[in-house]
Amino acid sequence: MIELLSENRCTACNVCVKACPANVFDTVPGSVPVIARQQDCQTCFLCELYCPVDALYVATDPEHVTGITEGAADEAGLFGSYARALGWRKGREGGADQDPTHRLRQVSLSTARPAESRSSKP
Amino acid sequence: MAELIQLNSDVLVIGGGPAACWAALAAREAGRSVVMVDKGYVGTSGATAPSNTGTWFATTPERRARLVEERLKQAEGLADIRRMPRVIDTATQHLHVLAERGYRFPRDDDGDLYIANLRGPDYMRFMRMQVVRAGVTVRDHHPALELLVAGDIVAGAAGFARQLGQNWEARAGAVVIATGGCAFGSRILGATGLTGDGQLMAAELGASLSGMEFSNQYGIVPLHSSVNKGLPYFWASFYRTDGSPIDIPPGQRFPVLARESLEGPIYARLDQATGALPDALRRGQPNCFLPFDRAKIDPFNDIFPIALRSEGTVRGTGGLKRTDDDGSVGIAGLYVAGDALERQDIAGAATGGGGPNASWAIATGVWAGKGAAAFAARLGSRANDRTVRPTGQAGLRPAATVRDIDPARAVALVREELLPVDRNFFRSAPKLAASLALLDAAWAELRDHAHGTGAAAFRLREAAGLLASSRWAYRAAEMRAETRGMHRRLDAPASDPAQSRRLSVIGVDRPRLAFEPHTTEVAAS
Repeated sequence: MIELLSENRCTACNVCVKACPANVFDTVPGSVPVIARQQDCQTCFLCELYCPVDALYVATDPEHVTGITEGAADEAGLFGSYARALGWRKGREGGADQDPTHRLRQVSLSTARPAESRSSKP
Repeated sequence: MAELIQLNSDVLVIGGGPAACWAALAAREAGRSVVMVDKGYVGTSGATAPSNTGTWFATTPERRARLVEERLKQAEGLADIRRMPRVIDTATQHLHVLAERGYRFPRDDDGDLYIANLRGPDYMRFMRMQVVRAGVTVRDHHPALELLVAGDIVAGAAGFARQLGQNWEARAGAVVIATGGCAFGSRILGATGLTGDGQLMAAELGASLSGMEFSNQYGIVPLHSSVNKGLPYFWASFYRTDGSPIDIPPGQRFPVLARESLEGPIYARLDQATGALPDALRRGQPNCFLPFDRAKIDPFNDIFPIALRSEGTVRGTGGLKRTDDDGSVGIAGLYVAGDALERQDIAGAATGGGGPNASWAIATGVWAGKGAAAFAARLGSRANDRTVRPTGQAGLRPAATVRDIDPARAVALVREELLPVDRNFFRSAPKLAASLALLDAAWAELRDHAHGTGAAAFRLREAAGLLASSRWAYRAAEMRAETRGMHRRLDAPASDPAQSRRLSVIGVDRPRLAFEPHTTEVAAS
């Protein structure tokens, strides 16, 4: 679930407040937003993509808080890492046209395991 | 309480995923004014946005026939051979519309547009842009709590604007419900908001559901993660704690892994992905690698722990029962699209996960939008002058004295009874009866005593939706005393030809069940 909102990076644009489908964040007048309802987070990682300054970090555990610190996330290059992997930049979409998934499906359809390819949900 | 927000349109769309967006666009194209209200944010809401999904399409009659044939083999007699080609054709046509409007599909190695895959975040952001550009009024963070009726005709909805702290009321000539499936509180990608809201609202007006016993699809996730994406596991081997490999006969992956998971921890390694595949997987499915990268796991070389997580009716097939192709559910003025509908037509007793469901959302979204637009047009401009009354019951209008009811307890109960593999993947009459006793008691308490306004009403209605879908699912599972598709009964492990029929349920408080008659259109397989 959402664990970090970096006050160093955040510009208080409040895009996360708007874009979070689970309404996890609250605006704070004159300040950066806060993670107000952490347990409502559905661990979809989309706030990371919509944040224009890579100020958010969602840990992958959807049930428990891991307690990762901003320093550790920063050092590991985790801020903005999902956006970079997709090709999104500054909160804007990109990279869908470079998606090589067709190569994966070609392989999964042409190999001799049709029963399994059907039961796997892309 | 702050002032009521009043919304007016020809068509009201409830929901914010792909089916809702396609419905809104179709109604606008038919010349109607459209308001969209969503619990979350149109663009990130729902199970599609955080995912990468295949599509179900055909550009030649041969491919279409092959797709239909493939699905029939898995559907165990419950699919509809007439309706599948229509879904494929409508979805294919609109995938091309997406491309024409500028959605950036990749090109395959022959240079052709590759419309077989949609990247969730990009797709849904694109759909939001299309909806806004078409002149749809989009209201994010406006969960609907109940439908409004004029006489017996659906004439709008009412809800709570979470970020504004105000109630809203939307009047419309027709309403589309596209609120998604029910995930029973499972923490899978994009599913926390999928609490069966639309199913509850429509059932309160007398709509039937069907296929609710097929509500127990499970997906593989890396342990302690929400990422239930299946494609990488095509190249996986599976292991036990002692490192011994789990042998998986073709098509038996889920039953075998489910059984093993009850014996002890289970593990996977993507060790069959070699050559250029690891790189293509990483670049093509970045969300799959979040749990690995963030836990410093190399999934191609390391054995990592996995779990099965319930995907409820989101990748099951149960939901509201269509009475017509336009998405009618037998209630005048009401249309339904996407995962809120049952999907036995295309999936039968098997999962519609991935391509078929994505195409179903497109096709039924378009149909429901058109249906609602035509209904609203017939009513004309005075539709919103009608006198309306609200129809929500549990959580809003208690049947007895008001008491303090904690919705979180009801949600926890639903999770406890519906999510575990040993309760819901492997079902039996005694287990179902035990769960139903608890769910029924929680339902009775909520129905009789819960009363909330504003944010409290929102939480109570989510709990009511979860409880309602749980009770339908387990009652249907109890009634279908056989094993078929994802519905596995330990006490009735064989399929019974006499039960090769759909099972419908009507009623929220006292659900009544009935097997539907065989129809000649439903292909026997």
